Amino acid sequence: MIAEKSHTAQHIIEQISAKASKVNFINDSDLTKALMYLENIGIPTNKDENYKYCNMDALFKKEFKNLDQKLIEIKNVAEYKLEDAINLVVLNGHYSESLSDKVILQGLHLTAFSDLDTSGKKLISSLVNVESDGFIALNTVFSGNGFHLQVQKGTVLHMPIHILYISSSESEALINTRNLIEIQDNAEAQIIEQQIIIGKGKVFTNYLSEKMIGANAKLNSCLFQNEGSFGYSVNTSQVQVQRDGHYDNTTITLGGQVVRNNHNVALVGQNSQAHLNGLFSSKSNQLVDNHTLMDHQVPHCESNELYKGIINDKSTGVFNGKIYVRKDAQKTNAYQSSKNILLSDDATINTKPQLEIYADDVKCSHGTSTGKIDEEAMFYLNARGIGKESARKMLLASFAREVISKIELDSFRDKITALFENEL
Amino acid sequence: MITIKNLHASVDGKEILRGINLEVKAGEIHAIMGPNGSGKSTLSSVLAGKEEYEVTEGEVLFNGKNLLEMPAEDRAREGLFLAFQYPVEIPGVSNVNFLKTAVNEIRTYKGLEAMAPKDFLALVKDKQKLVELDGKLANRSVNEGFSGGEKKRNEIFQMAVLDPCLAILDETDSGLDIDALKIVANGVNTLKDGKKAFLVITHYQRLLDYIVPDFVHILYQGKIVKSGGKELAMELEAKGYDEIKKQFEKESA
Ligand SMILES: Nc1ncnc2c1ncn2[C@@H]1O[C@H](COP(=O)(O)OP(=O)(O)OP(=O)(O)O)[C@@H](O)[C@H]1O
Ligand SMILES: [Mg+2]
Repeated sequence: MIAEKSHTAQHIIEQISAKASKVNFINDSDLTKALMYLENIGIPTNKDENYKYCNMDALFKKEFKNLDQKLIEIKNVAEYKLEDAINLVVLNGHYSESLSDKVILQGLHLTAFSDLDTSGKKLISSLVNVESDGFIALNTVFSGNGFHLQVQKGTVLHMPIHILYISSSESEALINTRNLIEIQDNAEAQIIEQQIIIGKGKVFTNYLSEKMIGANAKLNSCLFQNEGSFGYSVNTSQVQVQRDGHYDNTTITLGGQVVRNNHNVALVGQNSQAHLNGLFSSKSNQLVDNHTLMDHQVPHCESNELYKGIINDKSTGVFNGKIYVRKDAQKTNAYQSSKNILLSDDATINTKPQLEIYADDVKCSHGTSTGKIDEEAMFYLNARGIGKESARKMLLASFAREVISKIELDSFRDKITALFENEL
Repeated sequence: MITIKNLHASVDGKEILRGINLEVKAGEIHAIMGPNGSGKSTLSSVLAGKEEYEVTEGEVLFNGKNLLEMPAEDRAREGLFLAFQYPVEIPGVSNVNFLKTAVNEIRTYKGLEAMAPKDFLALVKDKQKLVELDGKLANRSVNEGFSGGEKKRNEIFQMAVLDPCLAILDETDSGLDIDALKIVANGVNTLKDGKKAFLVITHYQRLLDYIVPDFVHILYQGKIVKSGGKELAMELEAKGYDEIKKQFEKESA
């Protein structure tokens, strides 16, 4: 195949280069590869099987023609912080030490990318292949000054970490935000990430997170996306779990004009496990596209995925879940389930489970269901005097609860429950 | 209390109720019997407001109001209660929350304030005792994983909490063991206050030993073909439906 040159990528590079400061924490070889990739292959169109429902190239041509990058500095973020967590703030892609809480927990280290020493810098891009996806390449070239968060060997953090990504622009902007999270051997942490957009300008967020879970380490994480109609994003999480490690994630998408999540987990150590839960609610003409990849590389690992969608109006939901069981990965247990409720006749859901299994002694299953609100249940509630509107809310809230209940931090779970139920 | 006049209803173009006439006065207990598929549950569903069924003819007055014009929730708020033949499982909705919402929506409709949590809890405790419903069930999801008998008891429990003026019990006795049957009957008898009315659908005389009806009606092919006193039920228990079927076939021939 002869690659056509990507004009969109060229256009973005030209516009952004003028305003972005040079990235100094990514090695030259990755930078060069990423640039070459952008030049030759660029931003995916819907001809790319992976972006079939999500034509990013067209989106950039239409919605982000002029990347003015008129970013706004936000001074007060107190209202978004969580009381019972360590709050870290990333403003327009850059880690802001002054807006963040002081990190004074033993065994927890936080370093801005620009301050990393050589060995620290080496970890960046160690999980992702910069030549595998246009957005990874784009982030590699233009990444904001994110941070490396390290929970050191054997440290059990008793306080959750809350990472707030706040972006604000007066007009169209592209923000490349990035982090590297390292939970070392035998360490445990809980991390909540939240994406917020303030202001009148459309913001495209290109988020990239590399998460390393060490041997017998545990990370419980939550990503909350509520960007509203000005928010467009591609969010790539690349996770690697070592022997006996445990990765839990709950991704809640409450709003966003176009939200694409690429959640890739590699189980590289025996006896490791990963649990991915997702809940999204889309309305008007929004698009929420969840792609997961569960890569079972070694024997005796377990993975579980539960994704639920509530799709309203003319919006579109996508769940594409790939389970890849390599030849050596015997005794794998991998389960996946996607359940969706369509609230309108114009709403669309595309679900695609993809099982690629090369080992013979495995237990894998997947299931999808799509339906409307259960009429029998609706009538039962009505017959007890509960009106249509509240019955509908009750049923949707109960549908959502299965996922929301996986959030560990009580106060945050309550907050999400309230926000979610308020939107129904 | 309720007056049903020439009620016809169909589903998917198929007529199931074919001219039902029935009047139930305050304080009365009416039993409806009839072979499988005769339309007993359809009648209950139509009265409770299930939209799937299309009323093609007839009229129903409930305490002087046009029942058929009201949505299901308003019928319940006006005091009509249906104990389902097959109670629906609703995963994720807790029994207590569901009941609390029901109680308070009914109160709002009547212009009353929401019930204080303390009072609601006391009410629930009291009624749980009445039907000997295991308190643990209250915190579980509505009917989810309940045994057949637990589901039926839960219906009577809900009835006791909501305190309707007309209760339709659709085969609440089926699937109950003897003890549970007595408990359910006892629940009904305790609620009887001379002002409430009950429409008891059953296949068995057994229940009627405990809940003694003032009238018994036989529904067959969508019509009430015979009415009588409680002795009619005993007659049926002894002879079955054969005679009625034959007679009806002769009449319609
Ligand atoms: N939703 C529906 N769609 C199609 N047919 C229906 C529907 N509901 C009821 N029927 C039919 O109407 C007839 C009466 O059903 P109904 O459930 O009212 O009977 P029943 O008297 O309650 O029977 P049983 O004693 O078995 O409970 C049956 O033939 C049934 O198949
Ligand atoms: Mg029936």
